[in-house]
Amino acid sequence: MNKIQRETQELTVRIWRGKEDGKLVTYQVMSRENQTILDIITEIQRFHEPSLAYRFSCRVGVCGSCAMTVNGRPRWTCRTHVKKVSDEGILTIEPLRNLPRIKDLVCDLAPFIDTWQRAGAPFSGTKTRKDAPALVDPNSSTRRAAEAGLQCINCAVCYSACDVVNWNRNYIGPAGLNRAWTLVNDVRHSNRKQTFDQAFGKGGCGSCHSHGNCTRHCPIELNPSESIAGLKQIAFKGLPKDV
Amino acid sequence: MNPLRNHKSYLAAIGHRVSGIALALFLPFHFLLLGSALEGAQGLDRFLVYTDLTPVKVAEWGLVMMLSVHLFFGIRVLFLEFTRWPGHVNDLAGWVVPCSIAVLFVGTVFLIQVL
Repeated sequence: MNKIQRETQELTVRIWRGKEDGKLVTYQVMSRENQTILDIITEIQRFHEPSLAYRFSCRVGVCGSCAMTVNGRPRWTCRTHVKKVSDEGILTIEPLRNLPRIKDLVCDLAPFIDTWQRAGAPFSGTKTRKDAPALVDPNSSTRRAAEAGLQCINCAVCYSACDVVNWNRNYIGPAGLNRAWTLVNDVRHSNRKQTFDQAFGKGGCGSCHSHGNCTRHCPIELNPSESIAGLKQIAFKGLPKDV
Repeated sequence: MNPLRNHKSYLAAIGHRVSGIALALFLPFHFLLLGSALEGAQGLDRFLVYTDLTPVKVAEWGLVMMLSVHLFFGIRVLFLEFTRWPGHVNDLAGWVVPCSIAVLFVGTVFLIQVL
């Protein structure tokens, strides 16, 4: 299909309007060669529905604020191209699953952020500002394990994709447990045992059913499944040794 | 089907858990039956005559299938949680088909032996 043909075609976009008791409203927008889901939503808000509420910031996949459900799957909308996810010219865009809805495509992220705290997330250093910076060997096993999970952008895509969260809202979820995994591997963290205890406690890593939806949907290709498996292994092997 | 559940790992997880629940419901009766032998052969024999009935044979076949589903999909979970290699989550999703074939093999062998 050449560019002119594509631009004369229309996309059918169904967008969730309202809160929990809202409904899908259909809009027609032009199909273009290069457009992201966020482009589509912005076009609808500017030219069709000024009252449409949605959340975004950086538009380049860094801030993690534009995640929504697109055709049934949670995605970062700023880096999701329409032609990759469009179902024969039809897009259904809803707020993220597993989170309270505020308005239209915006949901309340507070329960998701709370899970980070419940997973024992606050970092607590062993040194003061008067001490020399800690020396961390970048090739040590603990540092490499922590490094693998550090780039999380808090988009809540994994939390939304997780079936266990859907069944049990007391479950901490993949992002919080991934954060806990980075902390128990951080040799500068003074509360590694406490962090593990919280991550292994009620609603913690033991509740994971290993479906792998978090890993499958993470937009920056982190592997929360592996982080959670690592936490489970600590129960048998003890805290990771710095080797 | 919900696209979040339309993948092999989900089917494996559900298969593992449903078979586990089915076994948890069945096994107390199984041990109760076996335990009846402790009080003499008559107690056990009274139940064993039912094993010649076709519905009981079908139920036994179902039980063997449940046991093998739980065994093979359980081995997959152990590999998932106690081993690591790059991309192992996706690789282990691929184990679902061989595990299912192994379950069917066990079920077929049982049917051949029983019928």
